[in-house]
This record gives sequence, C-alpha cells and structure tokens, in this order.
Amino acid sequence: MTSSTLAIEATGLVKQFGATRAVDGVDLSVNSGSVYGVLGPNGAGKSTTIRMLATLIRPDAGSARVLGHDIVRDADAVRSAVSLTGQLASVDEDLTGRENLILLGRLLGLRRAQAKARASELLDAFGLADASGRLVKNFSGGMRRRLDIAASIVVTPELMFLDEPTTGLDPRSRNQVWDIVRALVAEGTTILLCTQYLDEADQLADRIAVIDHGKVIAEGTPGQLKSSIGLGTLHVRLLDPDQRAEAERVLARELDAVHLEADPAALSVPCGDADRAAESVAELSHAGIGIAAFSLGQPSLDEVFLALTGHTAEEQAPDQEEQAA
Amino acid sequence: MSSTPTSRPRATPAADEALLRKALSATPRPPRASPLSATLTFGWRGMLKVKHVPEQLLDVTITPVMFLLMFTYLFGGAIADSTGEYLDYILPGILVMSVLFTTVYSGVALNTDVTKGVVDRFRSLPIWRPAPLLGSVLGDSVRYLIAGTVIIVLGVVLGYRPGAGVGGVLAALALVIVFAFALSWVFTTLGLLMRTPNAVMNAGFMGIFPLTFLSNVFVEPETLPGALEAFVNVNPISILATASRGLMEGNAEAADIAVVLATAAVLTAIFAPLTTHLYRNRS
Repeated sequence: MTSSTLAIEATGLVKQFGATRAVDGVDLSVNSGSVYGVLGPNGAGKSTTIRMLATLIRPDAGSARVLGHDIVRDADAVRSAVSLTGQLASVDEDLTGRENLILLGRLLGLRRAQAKARASELLDAFGLADASGRLVKNFSGGMRRRLDIAASIVVTPELMFLDEPTTGLDPRSRNQVWDIVRALVAEGTTILLCTQYLDEADQLADRIAVIDHGKVIAEGTPGQLKSSIGLGTLHVRLLDPDQRAEAERVLARELDAVHLEADPAALSVPCGDADRAAESVAELSHAGIGIAAFSLGQPSLDEVFLALTGHTAEEQAPDQEEQAA
Repeated sequence: MSSTPTSRPRATPAADEALLRKALSATPRPPRASPLSATLTFGWRGMLKVKHVPEQLLDVTITPVMFLLMFTYLFGGAIADSTGEYLDYILPGILVMSVLFTTVYSGVALNTDVTKGVVDRFRSLPIWRPAPLLGSVLGDSVRYLIAGTVIIVLGVVLGYRPGAGVGGVLAALALVIVFAFALSWVFTTLGLLMRTPNAVMNAGFMGIFPLTFLSNVFVEPETLPGALEAFVNVNPISILATASRGLMEGNAEAADIAVVLATAAVLTAIFAPLTTHLYRNRS
C-alpha cells in the first residue's frame, strides 16, 4: 500500500444489534481516489459498516476517520463531504425525478435557480430527461438507481458510499451504472462500494475487502486475492447442456473434482497446468462432446470466497441484519 | 459468475458521454443551507405531496364529511330540536375532528420515509438536524388548512352561519391548527416506533377515534352518565371544540383557549424532542 492520503481509516469497528454482532472488529484503509470494494454475502455486515462510516449509526466500539474527520466527534464535517446511495433507492417516490434533484440541491445549499439548473444538467447526463416529470414510483429499477446516483452527486462529494448499486438490476442497467461509477472515479471521487456480486467488485474495485460474519477475512487487490488461492481454473462451456454429465466424467478422470456452474452448459475444474488442460479439452473432443468455449484463467472471486470461507457467497442464508436498518 | 470469456453485454450508453463527464466534474460546494432554508425546503416537499398524492388527503377528509352529513341529517333532529340547530353545534366539532384525523398522517408519512429509506439520505446530509421533522410538520399544516376549509365550506353550503363571521372562523381554524401541530408530534413519535405505515395508521386512529367520540364534538356532556361526563369534560378535544365553537359564535372564553394552548405547548415540549431524539439515534 502506498503512503498516499487515506480517505477512510477504520480501526476495530463494532456494531451490535441485540445478540448479533453485525460488525465485529472491522479495519479498513481506503486510499483517496480509489474504488474500494467491500464484498460479502447478505447479512455479512457490509451495510452496517457503511452506515457507521456515513454517520447514520454510532459504532459500539472502535473508531474511524473519514476524509480526516472522526465519524462520531466530527460527524457533521463527514456529512459535508460524503454522499450515500443506499441499498433501497433512497429517493422520494412521491415526487418527480426533477423535484427530487431540486430538493437535494436546495438542502445542500444551492439557490433555487442553481438547484433547477443542476437538476436539468443531471437529468440530461443520466438519460432521465424524458422521464423527469414522472413520479419516481413509476420509474423502472434502472432509472431509479440512476436517479439515486444523480441525487448523490448534486454537489460533487469527495467520497461516495455506494451500497449495492446494482442489486436487482438487469444486465443492461447494471452496465449503465458501472459506466457511471467509472466516470465518477475518473473525475477523482473516492468510492466505497459494497456488493455481493463478485464480478462487480472484480470489474470496478482497485482493492477488495472480503467480509463475512462482521469480520474482514481477506484484503487485497482482485489479483492478489485470486492468486492467494494458487490454482488456475479451466472453464469449459458446452454446445449441448445434455452432455454435461459426460463431460464431467471425462474431466474428473483427466484432472480433478469438477465444479458445475449455475449455467447448465458450463463446468470448471481447478488446474494449474496449461498442457494438461489442453489435453483434457482434446479428450472432450475425442469423446464427441461439442465445446462452445473454453478458457484457462485465474480463479473467479466466487472460488476465492469458497476457499476463504468454506461456503459460497450465495449459500449463506440472509440474516436480519441488513433489514435491521 | 464464471470468468468464461463470453462478451459482456454492452450497455447502451446511459447518456451522452460528454454530458456525463461535464455533470460529474466537480462543482464547488455551496455554503450550507441555513436551518430556515432547510426547514422550508422540507415544507415544500410536504406540499408537493399534497399535489402528487391528493388521495391521501382525501382519505382522511372523507370520514369527517360523512360524519357531518350523517349526524346532521340522521341524528340531528333527534339530538337537537332541528337539523339546522344541530349543524350549528356539530360543525365546529367536526372541524376539530377533521383536522385532528389529518395529524395521524404526519406519523404515517414519517414512517413511510423510514421504510422507503429516504430518511437515510436526509440523515446523511449536512443540514440542521431537526429540519426534516420540523419542515414536514409545518408542511402538514397546509393539509390541516385544506381539511378544515373543506368542512367549513361544506357547513356553509348546508346552511351554517357563524355568529362571529369570517374573523371568528379564521380564529377557530388557527386555534385548531396550532393544536394539530402539537398533536402531530405524538404521531411522528409513533411513526418512528412502529414498523409499517399501516401500523401507524391503525394505532393512530385507535387513539384518536375514541378520544374524538368521548368528547363534546357530537353531544352535550350533560346527557352522559356521570363518570363519562367527567371524562368528556376534561378531554382536551372537548375543550378545543368548545373554544372553537366560542370563537365561531363570538362568545369564546379565554380560559378554554388558554387550556388548549397550554395542552399544545405540553404536547410539543414532550413529543417534539422525543421525535427528534428517536430520529437522530435510529439504527
């Protein structure tokens, strides 16, 4: 890690809800100007961590400085420099898109005319101009999320908390949100991104903390996390999903335990040796199994998560913590 | 998600790249909004809601309108000597009822903000902390004004003629709104304690409905059994109704008005800080 200024510096953050320790001693160091991913399944403590850093709730123990300001003693200074985009689109459903942005602009200190001009500028930039007069409750999920992000940058924040910005979005809307996030970073905003999507953290984040049961269980760049698992993985996608059982048998014989992907035509096998991988793929061919695509790559973050926690990100039952908010 | 090299679906650009870049480029942070400006902005938000969701106001106005019509024409003759005479008695009471029913909505609205998550956004803003609450409650006064006006206009259409004229009616309306402002803090407290907007609505009406009926809004307390009469006489809603009748007829007693204002002050002193405390320390 470089010695550049830290946007977030948290030590031993703890938050308890009743008997559950939602956050159980989290340390974070986030460099200015970077995207820092906090990755974990539902109920891991991500939202609670963000809510503490955004001064919405007080930590029960530990301390944190956000942009140099203590989150408890100097909460108001923190609020002046950050913005929060929540898990639920935190905009007012009973107002129009334009009214939401004007409302935020006025609350942040813009004059009436400035707030109106800024609202128009953002609506244009986020592709919401046509829908600007519609009540937000009639917006699609993607439009809402874009409005939510627009509402967070009415006045450009130095640091932005993005709490699961693409949960529930279709791939097209998700990519739009990703493009906006990349543009924000290019303009110098630091972003703390909470996500349960491993590919989202992989796509956007410079560094990632993997969090589970309120604790950081691994930290590093996406590459470091992957290489800490060691092995590479052979991914194979078949032309015909019906042949997967047969392909599984062939690969298990040639290599190792096969992981069946959620995609009914896809399989993956841990494999560090490119030659052996090539031979195995040839074996599939000889067995008359049609291959649509194959690749030998670093393990996905899914596999990293499995290796770190012993369970996959999706397996864990969501607990009440995320709703406790 | 696997890292199989399938091409990821390409987004249709969210918008023009240049526009996006320009909108994102840092704008200088303006000076903080003053407490007054932030409060008024929240009041403006409340009024926009009256405009966009008028049915919410209609919901709480329709019941008093029904009661006014029903009691005047069904029971008026039996309770008083004539429907006209009963209308003179009941109209200020229905005005009180109508406005006080509307106060429940303040709690419902706050709970809706909490459940929808927009409260988190407000709480993460660098604004004067009580502004969202104070602004909303002040904005709700506009609802009270509308609810009250509906009843008065209907009353006049039905033949009600206030003895103290327009001035008396306005004075009564003002008194009722001041009391409603104070009472709405009780419901905002409730709004932060209960889990859903519907629960707030139910609990709110479970309280306000019997309190309104066990008052002198509909009948003279002398006709009631002793214990009930004693309760009705000290019920603040009775005193508010009496004071409103007095103001509209031009024979108000200062003592009644003083009791109403004192009750309002006590309610505000207890429940406004309580609401603010709950709002601030939400987890």
